[in-house]
Amino acid sequence: MKKNGLWLKIGILVVALIGLFVINLYLDSYKVKVINLCAIYVILGLSMNLINGFTGLFSLGHAGFMAIGAYTVAILTMPLEAKTMNYYMKPMVPFLLNLNLPFIFALLIGGLMAALFGFLIGAPVLKLTDDYLAIATLGFSEIIRIVFINLQSITNGSLGLKAIPQMTNEFIAGKLGLASRTNLLWAWGIAILTIIFMQFLMKGSYGKAFKAIREDEIAARSMGINLFKHKVMSFTIGSFLAGIGGGLLAVHLGTIDPALFKFALTFNILLIVVLGGMGNIYGTVISAIVITVAMEALRFLDGSMNFGFFTTPALPGLRMVVFSLALMVVVIFKRDGFIKETLEKVRGRYAKNQ
Amino acid sequence: MNLSIQEFLQHMTNGISLGSLYALIAIGYTMVYGILRLINFAHGDIFMLGTYLTFYGIIFTPIPWYIIFILAPALTGLLGLILEKLAYRPLRESPRITVLISAIGASFLLQNLGILVFGGRPKAFPTPTILETVLKIGGVSVAIVNFVIPIVTVILLIGLNYFIQKTKTGMAMRALSKDYETASLMGIDINGIISITFFIGSFLAAMGGIMWGVKYPQLMPHMGVLPGLKCFIAAVIGGIGNITGAVLGGFILGLGEILIIAFLPTLTGYRDAFAFILLIIILLFKPTGLMGEKVAEKV
Repeated sequence: MKKNGLWLKIGILVVALIGLFVINLYLDSYKVKVINLCAIYVILGLSMNLINGFTGLFSLGHAGFMAIGAYTVAILTMPLEAKTMNYYMKPMVPFLLNLNLPFIFALLIGGLMAALFGFLIGAPVLKLTDDYLAIATLGFSEIIRIVFINLQSITNGSLGLKAIPQMTNEFIAGKLGLASRTNLLWAWGIAILTIIFMQFLMKGSYGKAFKAIREDEIAARSMGINLFKHKVMSFTIGSFLAGIGGGLLAVHLGTIDPALFKFALTFNILLIVVLGGMGNIYGTVISAIVITVAMEALRFLDGSMNFGFFTTPALPGLRMVVFSLALMVVVIFKRDGFIKETLEKVRGRYAKNQ
Repeated sequence: MNLSIQEFLQHMTNGISLGSLYALIAIGYTMVYGILRLINFAHGDIFMLGTYLTFYGIIFTPIPWYIIFILAPALTGLLGLILEKLAYRPLRESPRITVLISAIGASFLLQNLGILVFGGRPKAFPTPTILETVLKIGGVSVAIVNFVIPIVTVILLIGLNYFIQKTKTGMAMRALSKDYETASLMGIDINGIISITFFIGSFLAAMGGIMWGVKYPQLMPHMGVLPGLKCFIAAVIGGIGNITGAVLGGFILGLGEILIIAFLPTLTGYRDAFAFILLIIILLFKPTGLMGEKVAEKV
C-alpha cells in the first residue's frame, strides 16, 4: 500500500516534469512567465508556512529575507558591463564588481545569506510571542530594506538593479529551432525539491517537534522539546527558502529595487498561506498556483471594463480590494483556510482552540 | 555637531509636534490592545481615512473648516467602530493570530479601497491659512501649527484622562483591560465598551491625521502605513495597554527621530529605521515597555 503511494508520487513527478518540459517549449512566453512565478510562490508559500503554519511563529519578515536572496543573486550573477551600467550614481565596491558566479552557486549563496540573517535575527527575537514577534520581524524586514536603500555602493540604493541575467532555455529551444523563453525547470525543479523536503521534514522528529510547539508551547517544553533550538531552526530554514525564492524572483523579474520588498510582498505570501490552510503543504501549493494565476488573470479589474453598452473607467486598486476581501472572508468564515488539515483528528475532544 | 541654539530650538519644536502626533495615534493602539490584546493593523489606515474625509469635507462642503475638523474625526470614529464590528467581532473567540491576520487584511483592504476611491495620486491638504502663518521669536521661525499641535494634543489628553478616570464607562474600560473575563461576569456591556474604545481610538487617530495633514500637506492612500507602524512601536515602547506610556513613547519617538537628524545629518537616510531599531532594543531588554506591568506566565 505504502509502496503504491510512492510509485504514484514518482509517476506524478515524472508526468509533471515532462509536462513542464513541453510547456516550456511550446507555450507563449507570457504564460511561461506566469507558470514560473507560480513555482516561486510555491517556494515562498511553503517557507512561510513552515514558520507560521507548522511552527506557529507568526513572522512577517519574509520580504526582508527575500530581499537578501534577491540582491545576492543579482549582484553575483550580473556581468561586469551590466554592473557598470547600473551603478552610475555611485560606483560599486571593487570587490563585488568583478565577482561573477554561475546562477546555481549564486542562488545557494543567496539562500545561505538569508538563512544567516534569519539565524542572527531569529536568535534574539524568537523569545517573543505572537504579535510581538510579528511586529519585531516586520521591523527587521523594514530595517533590511532601509539599509539596502542606503548602501548605495553595494545595492545601488533606491535606483535598484536592472538587467539581471535571465535563465532561458536557449540551449534546447535553439536545437529544436524554437524561440527561447524563461527556463521553467529551475524554478519548478526547486519548488518540487522544496515540496519533497518539506514532506520529509514534517514527517520526521523535527516536524513533530515544530507542530508540538505550535499546539502548546508549555506542553512541548515539558515533553523535553528544546523550544529555542527548534524555533531558531524552523526560522532559519524558512529564511533560507525565502532567500531562494527571492533570488528566483530577482531572476524572474530581471529588475529589483528596495520598494519591491515592502510589506505588501509579505502580504501576498500570507494570503497564499492563509487561503491554503496554515500548516498544510498541498494546500499551500494549490493556493500558491491559484492565487498567482488569479493575480494575473484578474488584472483586467484594474483597467477599464467594457460591458457593451457601458464602459467603466479604469479602476486601479480593485484587484487588490478583491484579494484583501478574499483573505478576510476566509479568515472570518473559514478559519482553517480552504484546504484544511483535519485537526480534529489530531486534537482530542477536549482540546482547546488556542 | 555645531548646532546653534536657534536651530536646536527649531528642531525641538518640530520634534515635540511630531511627538504629539505620534502620541495621539499611539493611544488608539494601546487602548485596543489593552482590551482585546490585538494589534489593530488597520489603525494607520483609519488615520488615513480621517485625513481624506477632512480633505473632502473642506473641498466639497460649505461647512467651515473648524467644524469639519470635529465632524470628520467623529465620522472616522464611526468607521473604526464599524471596522471592529465587521472584522474583529466575529473572531472574538478565535486564536490571536487569526484576528491579527484579519487586521492585516483589513489594513490592505482600506488602503486599496483608498486607491480605488480617492485615487493613487497624492492630494494637497487644504490647510486653513491661519495655520500656515510662520511666527518669528528671537530668530527662531516656527510655523504656528507646531504650537497648535501640542496644545490640541494636551487638551485631548486631558479630556481622555477625565473620561477614563472619572466616568463610569471609563471605569468599565479599565476593568476590561485589567481582567477581561471577570469584568464580563460583572455585567459590563463588553460589546458597547469595545465599540466606544474603537470610536475614541479612531477619533484621536483622525485628529492626529488632520494635524499631520496640516504639517505635511500631502495625502496618499498609503500614508497611514509608516506612521501606523511607528505609533504602534511608540505604544510598545511606553508599555502597551498603558495610555501614559503611549504618550511617553510617542514623544520619545518623535523627538528622537528629529534630534538624530539634527545631530547626525549623515544618518538622515536611516530615519525610518530608528523606530524599528528602538523597538527591537526595547523588546529585547524590557519587553513590557517603559511603563508596562510584568505579566506572569500562566499555565
